Amino acid sequence: MSPSLSLDLVSDVRQLLEFQFMVNALEAATIVAVLAGAVGWYMVLRRQSFAGHTLSVMAFPGATGAALAGIPTALGYYLACGAAAVAIGRSGRGSRTENAAIGTVQTAGLAAGFLFLSLGHAVLSGLETVLFGNILGVSSGQVLGLLVVAAVVLGLLAVGARPLLFATIDREVARASGVPVAALDVGFLLVLALAVAATSQITGALLVFALLVAPPAAAQVLTTRPLASLALSIAFAVLVAWLGLGIAYFSIYPVGFYITSIAFGLYLLARIGRRLART
Amino acid sequence: MIAERNDESLSGSSAGSHVDPATHQEPAVALSAATITRAGQQVLADVELTVSHGEFVAVLGPNGAGKSTLMLTILGLLPLAAGQASVLGTEPVAARPRVGYLPQRRAFDESTRVRGVDVVSLGLDGARWGLPVPISPAARARRRDVRRRVRETIELVGASEYAQRPIGELSGGEQQRLLIAQALVRDPELLILDEPLDSLDLPNQAEIAALLDRICTGRGVAVLLVAHDVNPLIGYLDRVIYLAHGRALEGPVEEVITSEKLSDLYGAPVEVLRTTQGRLVVVGTPDAPHHHGPRHGHP
Repeated sequence: MSPSLSLDLVSDVRQLLEFQFMVNALEAATIVAVLAGAVGWYMVLRRQSFAGHTLSVMAFPGATGAALAGIPTALGYYLACGAAAVAIGRSGRGSRTENAAIGTVQTAGLAAGFLFLSLGHAVLSGLETVLFGNILGVSSGQVLGLLVVAAVVLGLLAVGARPLLFATIDREVARASGVPVAALDVGFLLVLALAVAATSQITGALLVFALLVAPPAAAQVLTTRPLASLALSIAFAVLVAWLGLGIAYFSIYPVGFYITSIAFGLYLLARIGRRLART
Repeated sequence: MIAERNDESLSGSSAGSHVDPATHQEPAVALSAATITRAGQQVLADVELTVSHGEFVAVLGPNGAGKSTLMLTILGLLPLAAGQASVLGTEPVAARPRVGYLPQRRAFDESTRVRGVDVVSLGLDGARWGLPVPISPAARARRRDVRRRVRETIELVGASEYAQRPIGELSGGEQQRLLIAQALVRDPELLILDEPLDSLDLPNQAEIAALLDRICTGRGVAVLLVAHDVNPLIGYLDRVIYLAHGRALEGPVEEVITSEKLSDLYGAPVEVLRTTQGRLVVVGTPDAPHHHGPRHGHP
């Protein structure tokens, strides 16, 4: 029996949770959304979306390299993202050549992925998973792995919350106040790499940004209070993930399409809402 | 090279007027025979400098004379190549938590979606690790204390009206007031400001200068301020330090900014004119030192 959407919300939710793969998907999506909403909030505030994007495409060399080396795909993701984070960190934050350096890292990563692909004679069907994720195929073990990564990342973020905000908004004064700004630059990139690697296993490399950029950007449009903005960002990301999964379940179109479209719609609504509130 | 020194600064007779000398034995800043190099080039040599508690001192000089570099040294961000530096009676690095710093003009653009009040409160607890979770009564009391101090400091600089707005949407003068509040909120004993009057219009320059004087006299904070133009500050300053050609000249405004002293410092004829309103105009200063030779070349 194929699921059908009705006006009875209880029956809809019961249908959603009927299958274990869907329960796993919802759990994974929730973990990833909380992670992306929190880390993405700092990324958008630090204007490091390009660095984040570069880390996300590292899923390609990560996955193909892992296949070639015979290690788990997830491990390949973390290694590739971590290496790219260190490379970007060495380019020097705020320097004139920062974006050029990040672009170079991105190209080098993609080239490596291409090489791994041809060396491994991997079939292209796996590539779709790399690019667009496979949220409906998440195992319970993967959910547990995500939970561990999320706990580590959120813990690190909580410890560095204020110095990182200080270094982001007011670098010079933060440095003079004893905040280790250079260490935080690299530290944040590594945290971002962990979050991106975790997220892209679920949403795929191309759709990471739906959760990592749109919810924080919308939240920052709506409020300038740091804590409220951060909380809103996480709430938006979770909402986008749940709605996307829920709607896709009752539809023939893929999850990624819905998650991305809803995230985009949310950002658009936030911009329109602010414009209306101003006039 | 020998730095010239004015006797006034040694005795502190023109200084110390705001403080009880009994409570503050150590000067706020003391540099002796300080030589500063940056990127392998000597910027300043044999600088003698004493700033007492509660003094208002301006650091003047042409572009590239090493004014900002001198501030970085006092902040402990740049070690001395030779000589001694003591800030608030200790090493510059150790004194850092007791020093408020406002770096050279930095504007927040409109996309900075952070309120003025948040920028100010980062000055108080921005360097703290961990999240402030207000569970215990003590933590809640601490949070109330933070909020009260932030509010009071914003009131002191007269920024209450716009502190809740995103800082990127404020004018240059409004941003500068909030940044001064940020530097002040930790109750520093020494306030270092790098060109705080730069790119402000004249009424705002006068208001910020008066505000800094109130802070200096009212709270006994030593204020060390880098300035391009001494005129908005005349009447408030206890002393000036004039940097040029790797040397420093220290003393009251009327003794340092004279044709004779500046000509000697620059090694070229310089004329100081006084307008009828008491403004000082320095004429004929050679260009920034890096036109004269590689030795002074670091701005």
